[in-house]
Amino acid sequence: MSMTDTKTHSPALELEDLSVAYTVRGRDLPVLSNVSLTIQRGEAYGLVGESGSGKSTVALALQRVLPSNGRISSGHARVAGKDVAELGATELRRMRAKDVAMVFQDPGKALNPSLTVGRQMAEVFEILGSSGSEAKRRGEEMLGRVRISDPARVMASFPHQLSGGMQQRVVIAMALAKDPALLILDEPTTGLDATIEAEVLDLVDTLRQEFGAAVLFISHNLAAVASLCNRVGVLYAGKLVEEGPARELFNDPRHPYTAGLLRCLPRAGFKGGAALDNIPGFPPPPGSITQGCVFAPRCGLVQERCRVDEPPLYDVGTGRGSRCHFHDKVDDLPRMSEAPPVNTPERGPNVEPVLKLKHLSKTYELPGNRKVQALRDVTLTLDPGETLGLVGESGSGKSTLANLVLGLAEHDDGGRISIDGTEVPASVHQRPREAIKAIQIIFQNPDSALNRAHTVKHLIGRAVEKLAGIVGSERESRIRQLLEAVRLTPRQLPAKPRQLSGGMKQRVAVARAFAADPRVIVCDEPTSALDVSVQSAILNLLSELQAERQVSYILISHDLGVVRHLSDRIAVMYLGRLMEIGPARSVIEGPHHPYTEALLSAAPTVTGERGERIRLEGQIPSPIDPPTGCVFNTRCPRKFAKICETEEPPFALDDEGHAIRCHLPREKLGRGRRMEGVDVVEAGA
Amino acid sequence: MGSPFGRFLLRRLGLSLLTLWLVSVVVFLGAQVLPGDPGRAVLGPLADARAVAALNKELGADRPPVEVYFSWVGGMLQGDLGQSYAYRAPVAPFVGDALLKSLKLVGVIFLIVVPLGVGAGVIAALNAGKPIDRILSVTSLSLTVIPEFVSAIALILVFAVILRWLPLSASWPTGAGPLTQLQHLILPALPLVIVLFGYIARMARAGTIEALSSDYTRTAILKGLPWRTVLTRHVLRNALVPTITVIAAQTGYALGGLVVVETLFRYQGIGNLVLSAAKAKDFAMLQAGILTIGAFFIVATLIADCITVMLNPRLRAELGR
Repeated sequence: MSMTDTKTHSPALELEDLSVAYTVRGRDLPVLSNVSLTIQRGEAYGLVGESGSGKSTVALALQRVLPSNGRISSGHARVAGKDVAELGATELRRMRAKDVAMVFQDPGKALNPSLTVGRQMAEVFEILGSSGSEAKRRGEEMLGRVRISDPARVMASFPHQLSGGMQQRVVIAMALAKDPALLILDEPTTGLDATIEAEVLDLVDTLRQEFGAAVLFISHNLAAVASLCNRVGVLYAGKLVEEGPARELFNDPRHPYTAGLLRCLPRAGFKGGAALDNIPGFPPPPGSITQGCVFAPRCGLVQERCRVDEPPLYDVGTGRGSRCHFHDKVDDLPRMSEAPPVNTPERGPNVEPVLKLKHLSKTYELPGNRKVQALRDVTLTLDPGETLGLVGESGSGKSTLANLVLGLAEHDDGGRISIDGTEVPASVHQRPREAIKAIQIIFQNPDSALNRAHTVKHLIGRAVEKLAGIVGSERESRIRQLLEAVRLTPRQLPAKPRQLSGGMKQRVAVARAFAADPRVIVCDEPTSALDVSVQSAILNLLSELQAERQVSYILISHDLGVVRHLSDRIAVMYLGRLMEIGPARSVIEGPHHPYTEALLSAAPTVTGERGERIRLEGQIPSPIDPPTGCVFNTRCPRKFAKICETEEPPFALDDEGHAIRCHLPREKLGRGRRMEGVDVVEAGA
Repeated sequence: MGSPFGRFLLRRLGLSLLTLWLVSVVVFLGAQVLPGDPGRAVLGPLADARAVAALNKELGADRPPVEVYFSWVGGMLQGDLGQSYAYRAPVAPFVGDALLKSLKLVGVIFLIVVPLGVGAGVIAALNAGKPIDRILSVTSLSLTVIPEFVSAIALILVFAVILRWLPLSASWPTGAGPLTQLQHLILPALPLVIVLFGYIARMARAGTIEALSSDYTRTAILKGLPWRTVLTRHVLRNALVPTITVIAAQTGYALGGLVVVETLFRYQGIGNLVLSAAKAKDFAMLQAGILTIGAFFIVATLIADCITVMLNPRLRAELGR
């Protein structure tokens, strides 16, 4: 057989009992143990698992770019038939130049900020032997292939001049330019908007077929994996615990860890539907479990045998394997956490809404006498104990609205904010303490929201003191109450944020927000920085606290699953305007606004069904110069007449309180995909 | 100039002029506070009070301070730096000569310290955590804390007195060629090289480590580029931007910091000029000297800002907004 033959016939990637160890303070910590998997040419393989499971280590090991303290301790990694551990420096460079390409999570960081896109693009071809001008021409051609409409302009741009989605296209173009046998995508859509995420996933899917490259898709986003991959491997504590065809694995998991992860996901249900479960405990530190099954300490099916015998990879069907002694009993996995109570908001003619916003606008002045209307004429109310989900792409005005409510930014004259029926000043500095106490926030990233120099006790205690005005011994007991409410223990009081896990940090942030019995909490992407198992625990905690205290939430999230799971009502924003608002079920199931329809169609589901994706043409228009008429008309797939360009549609309200800003009559508006049966299925046994 | 960069430059120039004016006020006030008057300083402590008063009148030192200030600034604007009380001669040639000498010294300092500091920083970063990194880091940090006068005296003792490798005085014989001049300047340059080395090395190290661990460097490595290309095109280009800014800003600082070194090595630079003018109450000389140092500092900072903006496309773009 000639060289070329072995190349085309060998799998794109073959891991054979691959183990990787990191040396930390003289000790070898196994990060991956005996991972075996094969990705055939042209196949898309998803590798899922929580942070710390070793997913990214796989990608680094097979390209030999492990940190200096890491090494392949045993086993083999073969890319296109070549064992990477045996390659010399030149061959290794050739392999990287030709056979394998990688796309990182944050495209803004993966591009060199001080070189033009053209220079970085051309490099890929130059290394393969193209001359300067040829490299430039091929670079431009490649940008065209990732559907960039104006390649010449993009080539001349610096990375920071491009949007996030555009940057990710450039990175993907750079990766595919070498026509690699294997394309590695490491969380490529985390941090992108839902619509852009869907675009990137679509693009990867199309290009994979065009280029015939195999894809290794590393992600904690199970739905994204389900929508793109043929086969899936589940990694836990450095071991591949389950493997199989994507759809079968997600529909019928044969390992309790996979089953647990799936139960953490907010599925298609609404508030009051199936409760989320979670996986108690934490993944074990590398090397801490030397006997038995690594998942045993957190497993609901655990038996004595699990702590003694390490399970082999059982064959559980065609192409499927599970490292669980009781893989046939996974359906009996009990619920691992209590289902939180579900709160019903107080409504009615006699109930005063806790928050009333009337004609809120926010205009920013730009140099050169230009103005940006970040928010325009938003009117809405929030009832006690209600959750309002706020969705829309970046730049839609969600955060501006939150800032106005909190008083961190001042709304324009003419708007009004009332809390419990009392109007409050625009700026937080002028609000009375009662009003400040009433509205609190939970940020996306607890790392930057908590002062690293302070202990948990100080962090919560300060909020108790400053906001609730409680001092002395009462302060102590209050801190303990809060701690208990967010399921932390007094042991964590002296800890500093860096000694806590991501989930614990977010619990501290939640405790702080609740310190002074708030009436409304703005939750700004409260779980998007967290793993699914931790996310479900925080979401359950939020539900529980709401039921206990009748607090109202304004929930900002780009994860529609999270929004529909928690929200009583949903508001959809675009270019600073409210396009639609109504009961969650009516908004999701429709008839709904064409923009809502597009957002919903973009969201991948774990069942792998994506339905018909509605593509929005073009970029979000600049808010400096918004389109005339309906602001959505430049991208609207349902635009039907001149009126869309000339007249802003009225906010038509039906008797269920569902308002839509569209010229189309209700009966002509789109409806959501039906999800058969999901609402009635009770998760757990 | 209509370009964003031109506008930026104009704005900065305006700010620089404002700063310079503030410096002139401070310098003038500072000189007023110094005890004694020029007449007494020139004629000595034993001179008759009437003679001192007469001289002060002749020199114009008896006028109200505001008047003195405006005549000084007025002269300055017409290119007249004033008259030295001590030498009874225009100040300008003295200042010009001294500035030139100091610039030569500063030039030698940076010629030595930039390659050394940047090189050490980059090498330390490439070997981060290894013994060579520790040695370089500890050495550079320890060197930075040694004040110039301590290291200068030690260097003089070792290289000029004991080993006799280098001349003791920084002043070269009249008509000496560049090489001889250089030989005389190495020893005076070293104390400031020692101080600046640690600073530059640490900046370079930090910048390089950050760039090395960045995703774009990993991307470049994974493109299969040769290590040399990765290093020069991707790592250093981004890593050294802050270092270059620091170096440019430090040239101004170095000029001001020359007083000690120039005095110790008896070098007739601007630092020495300012010191002796202060001792002699030679106000015009003192003011002109300090103002020159200030102007140089401002120009150096301006150049540093321009370089930073030119090296960083993002900043360049922000100027356009």
